[in-house]
Amino acid sequence: MSNATQGMDVGYVAHLARLELTAEETALFQGQLDQILHYVEQLNALDVAGVEPTAHAIPVYNVFRPDEVGRSLDHDDVIANAPSAANGQFRVPKIIDQ
Amino acid sequence: MEYEATIGLETHIMQKTGTKMFCSCRHEYGAAPNTHVCPVCLGYPGALPVLNEKAIELCCKAGLLLGCAINPYSKWDRKNYFYPDMAKNYQISQYDQPLCLGGQLEVEVDGAMKTFAIERIHQEENAAKNTHVAGGSLVDYNRAGTALMEIVSEPCMHSAADALAYMNALKQIMQYGGISDCDQEKGQMRSDVNVSVRPVGQKELGAKVEIKNMNSFAFIEQAIGYEIDRQIAVLEGGGRVAQETRGFDADRGETFTQRTKEDAHDYRYFPEPDLMPVKISAEQVERWRAELPELPAQRRARYVSELGLPEYDAGVLTSDKAVSDWFEEAMRHTDNAKAVSNFIMGEMLRLLSGQGTAISESQVTPEKLAAIIALIDAKTISTSAGKQVFEIVFNEGGDPKTIVEAKGMAQVSDDSALEGWADEAIANNPKSVEEYKAGKQGAINFLMGQVMKASKGKANPGAVMQMLKQKLDA
Ligand SMILES: [Zn+2]
Repeated sequence: MSNATQGMDVGYVAHLARLELTAEETALFQGQLDQILHYVEQLNALDVAGVEPTAHAIPVYNVFRPDEVGRSLDHDDVIANAPSAANGQFRVPKIIDQ
Repeated sequence: MEYEATIGLETHIMQKTGTKMFCSCRHEYGAAPNTHVCPVCLGYPGALPVLNEKAIELCCKAGLLLGCAINPYSKWDRKNYFYPDMAKNYQISQYDQPLCLGGQLEVEVDGAMKTFAIERIHQEENAAKNTHVAGGSLVDYNRAGTALMEIVSEPCMHSAADALAYMNALKQIMQYGGISDCDQEKGQMRSDVNVSVRPVGQKELGAKVEIKNMNSFAFIEQAIGYEIDRQIAVLEGGGRVAQETRGFDADRGETFTQRTKEDAHDYRYFPEPDLMPVKISAEQVERWRAELPELPAQRRARYVSELGLPEYDAGVLTSDKAVSDWFEEAMRHTDNAKAVSNFIMGEMLRLLSGQGTAISESQVTPEKLAAIIALIDAKTISTSAGKQVFEIVFNEGGDPKTIVEAKGMAQVSDDSALEGWADEAIANNPKSVEEYKAGKQGAINFLMGQVMKASKGKANPGAVMQMLKQKLDA
């Protein structure tokens, strides 16, 4: 977070998210996101030396379910959602690189 | 210049759970496409994952079997990427707090014991299966979201033989432990192989080349061999080995560039907000530890120390869990471990490989083999007749004792019958008799052969020998 004020590379992040942005949009979002990051950066002023880092705000652990088979969706319903299907499978544009 | 290769393996193993990792869809190989799918494993918006308790247990038990420490606190992370095999556009994995840490695998490589260090084991989910067809690709999400663990070794191996021994041992342990069947044909065990080469004496490792997603041990061996040679050739030629991901072309036995470092993925890992962390107590770890089965190395040692089997036999019997379990079952019906071992290593494995079937499906059951051995031990049949009975039961089924009776295979120990054959052999072969009497002990074997021939193999060799000696030494 310490380098947040240096701004984020909106073009790169957009590429990672597979978003196509125009130059105007990139500039607009750059300004907006910098503002948001700057706002969040106020947290840096807090002294958190004695606070354990955590991935979650609430202390809940071990939410498990037993290994028992439940209901899956009906195959026809599943495929009904596919923009394209063949042989009971989803059909997508050709994938090359793994 | 002398070079040294360094190899590390990231091995993905599909756990033997009944359901998927984060949803209750059935985990089954070979089902009709997209029949075991639900909003969670299809990545529908708003669907929430829930951890499969059994998968956590199996991952931790795998860790205990490999001498790992179980992390008292572990958490879940999203690995983001766009690819149709993962409908959510991220894979749930564990980035910095995996379930298992450290560990090692002791294996024998070319007669020497080596210890290979394991860095970590983390739990994640499997991707869907893609099939490529003309003009497009098909996606079957049955496999998507099934429990997959990744066992990461340290870069501690130095040859294809090391890697092969490591993987064989890993597979054996996972099978023994009931963690996974590790059926490579079904994609239950796949490895990413990291290979680098450096001049001997150089401290830093060379540039790392990753060969992705290999399931055949033979191909892994070939790929490592090829990669080591290729990298050395590059260095020798004054070049620089590029850090990259390479694929393996099985037809040519060569690796080829797939992806260079420049276009490496940026997964933007971040904590999975939909899953709470896992805490595992020391008591839980001890309960799991108490449930661990005997491992191949322990079994092997027990076969030698308690059953008196040669090291070689113990090694063959324990190399496959199914064979070892079959042996254990047979030992509940007989005390003759060596005879069981001989039959398994000889007739059984030979006939099974000819037929391509599993030992568990053999018509010779552990009880039936014990019955055959009992007939041999009681000298009712000879060892060679025992092998014939084995083969008959193997091919046609049936009860050993009934077969021996029906085919008249019982050997003759009866003195009156043996005496006739012995006298005949002595009368017809004066030269051998003379030689024996002159001190050539071996000459008696010829006479013995004559008696066996006359009896059509049914004479009890021990009784024949005794009878001949009695007559000749008199
Ligand atoms: Zn599901």
